[in-house]
Amino acid sequence: MMIAFFDTGKAAEHAAEASEHAAAAAEHTSGGMPQLDFATFPSQIFWLAIAFGLLYLALDRFLIPRIGGVIEERKDRIADDLDMAARKKAEADEAMAAYDRNLFEARAKASAIAAENRAILDAQLAEESAAQEAELEKASVKAEKKIAKARADAMAHVEDIALEVAEELVTTLGGIKIDPKKLQKALALVHDGVNDGANDGANDGGSIK
Amino acid sequence: MDPLHQFNIERYGEFHLFGMDLSFTNSSFFALLAVGLVIAFLGFGSRKRALVPGRFQSLAELFYEFVAQMVRSTMGQEGFKFFPLIFSIFAFVLTSNLLGMFPYFFTVTSHIAVTGALSLMVISVVIIYGFAKHGFKFFKLFAPSGLPLPLYFVIVPIELISFLARPFSLAIRLFANMMAGHALMKVFASFIIMLGSAGAFSVLAILPFLTNTAVVGLEFLIAFLQAYVFALLSCIYLSDVSAEHIGH
Repeated sequence: MMIAFFDTGKAAEHAAEASEHAAAAAEHTSGGMPQLDFATFPSQIFWLAIAFGLLYLALDRFLIPRIGGVIEERKDRIADDLDMAARKKAEADEAMAAYDRNLFEARAKASAIAAENRAILDAQLAEESAAQEAELEKASVKAEKKIAKARADAMAHVEDIALEVAEELVTTLGGIKIDPKKLQKALALVHDGVNDGANDGANDGGSIK
Repeated sequence: MDPLHQFNIERYGEFHLFGMDLSFTNSSFFALLAVGLVIAFLGFGSRKRALVPGRFQSLAELFYEFVAQMVRSTMGQEGFKFFPLIFSIFAFVLTSNLLGMFPYFFTVTSHIAVTGALSLMVISVVIIYGFAKHGFKFFKLFAPSGLPLPLYFVIVPIELISFLARPFSLAIRLFANMMAGHALMKVFASFIIMLGSAGAFSVLAILPFLTNTAVVGLEFLIAFLQAYVFALLSCIYLSDVSAEHIGH
């Protein structure tokens, strides 16, 4: 009322504008928010039901099985591939183990052959060296015999020489001719005494002098 | 200049059935457009069924896995029979919200009739599923066992009210968010024009312009977020009546 009092003309203009607006709004809505115009509800809900039902059917019957199927298939495929990889790895491990086993066997065989060869060689060597030793032994025995014989011969000659020397000594120093038989007996006595002295020690040695 | 004008229902074709006005309107058109886009997108994305997905197939599968993950995390494998329903709700609401971001396009989800119908459908499924699974033990939802007797006089009304409030909160949250956002964008857009035609003050038009740019970004976020919230709450309401929560 106050506004109308001060500016009647403008207020009337406002009122006319407002009523015009209201009329324009009334064409579409029953005033205020279009959301609260219940006359449009049946149409909105009806078409929503059609649209949503269509979407639900398309998704449920067609699109979800298709997309889900692809995803599922991929998962299966990946799982299969992983299984295959695991199987291949097991095979590779098996092959590796077989290789190791073969290698071990080959090594064992090689060392066995080497040991066998070494044994054969050792035996041959031992045999040969034994033969060599036997030969050497024989040779040394022969040599010893020869030496012994030579020594015996030498000793025999020594007696003769001693007899001659004694005879010469007696003849030259004594001026007498001595029977070689007596001299030989005396020499044999001395010889025996020497031998006894060597055997009995110093007591008998004194008597020789 | 009326910020609510964009929500008007325009009749494209008259159609009456049983005395009801079921005319084909801009709401009907954009609802069908949203559904068509979803079907086209998912159909095109999955047309090759490639083991190694291309770009479109990756997008379609990403979309599928996103919703599947939401259903699995709230309802488990047992709730997977609701996956098509949740997927439909999420896809429809998201596409409708995003379509509304185009200038001069109608936002189907900015009307309480649509969001209310969707939320009533969800609650109906919850109640039907609850009764089918538990019979009259469904009412144990309102009376959790193991409480001292006097507490039931408090708990039961609270639970009942919170259950009855669900369809309203579900419907109003989505509708109010979409309506408020679009009205806000329209208001700021009007400010740009008003200031821009105000002579010496026209340089100030940059302020509502910058604000509106930010609001558009925010609205894209809200368009996605509200679709997600609507679908997630549907999952949670359904999981409430599944076996684990009511028990036997």
